Amino acid sequence: MQQLISLLVENKPGALMRVAGVLTSRGYNIESLTVAKTIDPTLSIMTIVAEVSDSGRDLLIKQISRLVNVIKAVDLTDSRAVRRELVLIKIYVEEERRPALLTEAKIFRARVVDASPEAYTIEATGAPDKLNALIGLLRSYGPVEMVRSGAMAMARAKQNKLPVPSYTEAALSEG
Amino acid sequence: MAMLSGAQILIESLVREGAEAVFGYPGGVTLPIYDVLYSHPLRHVLVRHEQNAAFAAQGYARATGKAGVCMATSGPGATNLTTGLVDALMDSIPVVAITGQVPQALIGRDAFQEADTFGISRSATKHNYLVKDISELSQTVHEAFHIAVSGRPGPVLVDITKDVLISQADHSDEQAMLPLRGYRLADEPDADAVQRAVEFLWKAERPYIYAGGGIISSAASAELVRFSELLEAPLAHTVMGLGAMPTGHPNFISMLGMHGSYAANMGVTECDALIGLGVRFDDRVTGRLDKFAPEAKVLHVDIDPAEINKNRRADLGVVGDAKSVLQLLNEGLAATRATLGRERREERLAWMEHVRAMKRDHPFVVEESDDEIKPQALMSKLDQISGGEAIVTVDVGQHQMWAAQHLRFNRPRLWQSSSGLGSMGFGLPAAVGAKFACPDKTVMAIVGDGGFMMSLPELGTIAANQLPVKIIVMNNNTLGMVRQWQQLFYDKRYSEVDVASFPDASLLAASFGIAGGSVADPADLDEALAHAFGEPGPYLLNVQVTPEECVYPMVPAGGAVNEMILQPEPEAAEAVASD
Repeated sequence: MQQLISLLVENKPGALMRVAGVLTSRGYNIESLTVAKTIDPTLSIMTIVAEVSDSGRDLLIKQISRLVNVIKAVDLTDSRAVRRELVLIKIYVEEERRPALLTEAKIFRARVVDASPEAYTIEATGAPDKLNALIGLLRSYGPVEMVRSGAMAMARAKQNKLPVPSYTEAALSEG
Repeated sequence: MAMLSGAQILIESLVREGAEAVFGYPGGVTLPIYDVLYSHPLRHVLVRHEQNAAFAAQGYARATGKAGVCMATSGPGATNLTTGLVDALMDSIPVVAITGQVPQALIGRDAFQEADTFGISRSATKHNYLVKDISELSQTVHEAFHIAVSGRPGPVLVDITKDVLISQADHSDEQAMLPLRGYRLADEPDADAVQRAVEFLWKAERPYIYAGGGIISSAASAELVRFSELLEAPLAHTVMGLGAMPTGHPNFISMLGMHGSYAANMGVTECDALIGLGVRFDDRVTGRLDKFAPEAKVLHVDIDPAEINKNRRADLGVVGDAKSVLQLLNEGLAATRATLGRERREERLAWMEHVRAMKRDHPFVVEESDDEIKPQALMSKLDQISGGEAIVTVDVGQHQMWAAQHLRFNRPRLWQSSSGLGSMGFGLPAAVGAKFACPDKTVMAIVGDGGFMMSLPELGTIAANQLPVKIIVMNNNTLGMVRQWQQLFYDKRYSEVDVASFPDASLLAASFGIAGGSVADPADLDEALAHAFGEPGPYLLNVQVTPEECVYPMVPAGGAVNEMILQPEPEAAEAVASD
């Protein structure tokens, strides 16, 4: 099944290669991977979605954890983490259908970020399932091109305890 | 303020980290390093192939516990190191590899002798570095040694661009070394887990200790022996663990696994509590995993959390250094011996007696023959010469298993074997490294004729340094272990295992300027060995042994460890007899 992994790593050359290597050397396909700096620019957070057998999940987290550049590795698959993804969709749509398109896009809180006589470019964020629904809908209006960011995930903050210990560690810790 | 070149900083950093010898081979981009070495007291040993630099560094590391250092140039130099690095990774041996890289301006332009060493060595090392800034060099070398020897040891590679080696920087050794944020060593063992483990141990009626390389890495032999004595439990070793408990100890029941002893394999099958100490439940140990120790609850102690539950689910896992965990367990056992320890003591003693009886009744067989030298008999003779005190390096194959079965080891760090990766060509260069580490010890390389030919160039290193290494080639004219599998499982269709075109050993040795000889008649073996070991310098002894001999016991691949083949099939025995 798909495993959702969140990693706090040192922002150093090779960190991504090492993490990806643990996955690829086991023949796991990476469905999506996002990485960017944290507020502390020497650290990055990676969110990985990969197809991993249930029995391999725990071992995978441990084997990623022992990489020297990895500060923390968390399996968010079964957690109530907030998951979001961004998509850019360029849709070639005739002028008379544009009002209807805009109405439907609004339902998904999607917005037009670029317009030209031949196409709209629409930006939307949301849970991956919601974006799939949006894409399905928009395709009925005309040919589409799209770019997806891949999933980002953040563990939910604790409900009963403030303040959190450190912003970076907290991003990975389940409340 | 002292301005030093990158090459000088590198060498000073190696010295600061305690390096005594570097096993290496020069090349284009490492010229600046070799120019420094030309007039530096740090010892450099010129090997004859980079793969052997990595193996020799391992030989040094396995003999001392300190990081072995190897060095190679960019491109082919670095790629040649790779096998030795993966080998060190599999057996958790601390090695620091230094490689040169083409200048930064040329990286990615397919420059002469450019290879993506950083990428290639990613999966061959515990950690690796590409140094592109001279200000990071000293700290990086420090980190490399720290990572190599600490925690679960392993190889670390530092790739340095040539422009860094030739640039100049202010170098001060007083600079504080920065901590590594993502690298955390095991905490003190969890006290609750240790307490639960003590109770678990006393509840057992048939406890069985299975100890591996982790005991040797953490120098926990004394604690291991005491543990076995407190618990009054039999103890088996993995191939990596040989020497952790002295072979002569009454609780020792030899090696377990594919070519393990009858007592060790039956014992693990019958035990009700399996205590794995610094082991990883490797497939060559467990055989068919779901039939391994089927009646046992498992206590697994390892420094690497990723090993717990990896292959066999542990009922109780303790993460920590074997030495500190065993100290705590021993304290717990000693404190509760008179109370908890009495409850099942009679059952435990009966079990111990049962296992000892199996060991007595099913020893490893040493066949004797007047016509040909039996390989087991050769090992037996070598054991008498060693007396459990020589450093023995082996290659991979039949001779490795016979040596593991028949040689005694009174202490750890005497036995060196490429165990996890199983790299042929390991034995001879490992002996080179071991001899540099321990010049006062007898060092024998017991190798097969196949693996010896892979490591042949190191005769040059041995000759050039007049290293008194004793090379014993167990020559059966075939790639014996492959042949054994073809013999037993492929209907004797011997495919590409005949390596009979072996050189004349005395001529070969003489051509390198060292002494050597051959022996084939059992009547001459004692004298040949006495001569080889009596010679003050190196000696190459080629021993012709029975060609079609198999290592027993043997657990067929995929079989359970109690389903051992103990001896040749009657049909096979007849065929041998009628020859």
